[in-house]
Amino acid sequence: MAALISIRGLKKAFGSFTVLHDIDLDIAEGEVVCVIGPSGSGKSTLIRCINRLEAFDPESTITVGGIKVEQGAALAKVRAEVGMVFQSFNLFPHMTVLRNVMLAPMRVRGTTAAAAEIKARDLLARVGILEQAEKFPGQLSGGQQQRVAIARALAMEPKVLLFDEPTSSLDPEMVGEVLDVMRKLAGTGVTMLVVTHEMGFARQVADRVIFMDGGRILEAGTPAQIFDSPQEDRTRGFLRAVLNH
Amino acid sequence: MNLINTFFNVGVLLDSLPQLLWGLVVTLQIGLTSIVCGLAGGLFLAIARLYAPAFFQILLRIYVDIFRSIPLLVLLIIVYYALPFVGIRLSPFLSAVTALSLVSAAYTAEIFRAGIEAIPRGQFEASAALGLSNRHTMIDVILPQAIRIVIPPLTNNCINVLKDTALASVVAMPDLLKQATQAQALSANPTPLIGAAIIYIILLWPMVTVVAKLERHFSRGDR
Ligand SMILES: Nc1ncnc2c1ncn2[C@@H]1O[C@H](COP(=O)(O)OP(=O)(O)OP(=O)(O)O)[C@@H](O)[C@H]1O
Ligand SMILES: [Mg+2]
Repeated sequence: MAALISIRGLKKAFGSFTVLHDIDLDIAEGEVVCVIGPSGSGKSTLIRCINRLEAFDPESTITVGGIKVEQGAALAKVRAEVGMVFQSFNLFPHMTVLRNVMLAPMRVRGTTAAAAEIKARDLLARVGILEQAEKFPGQLSGGQQQRVAIARALAMEPKVLLFDEPTSSLDPEMVGEVLDVMRKLAGTGVTMLVVTHEMGFARQVADRVIFMDGGRILEAGTPAQIFDSPQEDRTRGFLRAVLNH
Repeated sequence: MNLINTFFNVGVLLDSLPQLLWGLVVTLQIGLTSIVCGLAGGLFLAIARLYAPAFFQILLRIYVDIFRSIPLLVLLIIVYYALPFVGIRLSPFLSAVTALSLVSAAYTAEIFRAGIEAIPRGQFEASAALGLSNRHTMIDVILPQAIRIVIPPLTNNCINVLKDTALASVVAMPDLLKQATQAQALSANPTPLIGAAIIYIILLWPMVTVVAKLERHFSRGDR
């Protein structure tokens, strides 16, 4: 099967400092891929290149659903197909939760307000937060805000969802509710690429786990391969450090 | 008593009042037109500076810096007395509005830029990730948030524009100050000038207190 996301020779540098070295990666439709690795290894940069929040080397190619990710008119099209959930939620603070979820379908897809609202309420119900629809983001807990952010991304019916450490800025007691929503999503066949430090989630939910270090994919495989019999010293060292703290 | 008769001569004041009020109308016409043009121009400059190619960004910055450096009176005199030498002959009204708008746009651009830059990067990124166009990002996400930040300095700028309309009297515009100086010459008494000063104060005092209130409101951090 053709890959939904195809990354070839991805290079990214900030000035003279190379952050990603020749990354090749294919992600199939419906696949759930977790990206793990030490801080500064380039995980965020990798997924931010996929919707081109970071510009990358012009020699590199990324395609999503067959469309090349490049500056220009097609970029908004790609972005509409790629949902993203951020560590810091980035909800629009001046709009109600409902408007947050309705905005992009109306503006990008031309959905009518009535249809967008039905859709938004349905999604808010799915992430268990419908009763907060009329509130503003600032009135919600972190876990609730992140669930709204997931609903907002889903409202565009994206082909793939990117998550950049979606639980890292949450109080510990709220991590579970967000991971639950993500676990349910993964069960519905949504393609997901998740940067996470939640090893339990990665082991349980991922079809494939990618270990990054120093701007390279050092090792990739099933959760069992990566967590139970890692091949690389760096992977072993990283897992020992995160699992034993 | 002599002093009161000189500066607050009720008879002279009443005589000159219609003339002063006509002047006020002209002042408001110049002021409001310049405020609207300055706001539109400033917003355009601020957004263009955000999205335009690097070369144009530099040009825009030079524009903003020049028009914030040049004394308004000098600019006004150039527009009115110098431009005719290259065939551009503007009426006193258009000269005043042009000079005021050019300068106001420069200040407004800086105010909007600061307001837009105060919005966290995450708001731009979330908008981009959803596929919103630059236009919708601005209209739906960034400007509604920036507006809270820019309202106090924008109001301040409006006050300055209204005050600076008085300079239009040097290009023979019959604004409030010009009418007052004419009435003063006619009645050989400075009361009309005092009357004009009082009208300026009555016009601008409320705006000044509103700015102070807004600044207190926004610095408290509530919305
Ligand atoms: N805007 C930037 N300018 C310069 N360097 C940057 C920038 N963004 C990231 N970097 C550098 O790129 C490297 C990779 O960063 P990245 O954020 O992708 O790492 P990460 O794996 O997501 O780390 P973390 O787990 O801490 O989020 C780091 O060394 C970081 O300092
Ligand atoms: Mg990161």
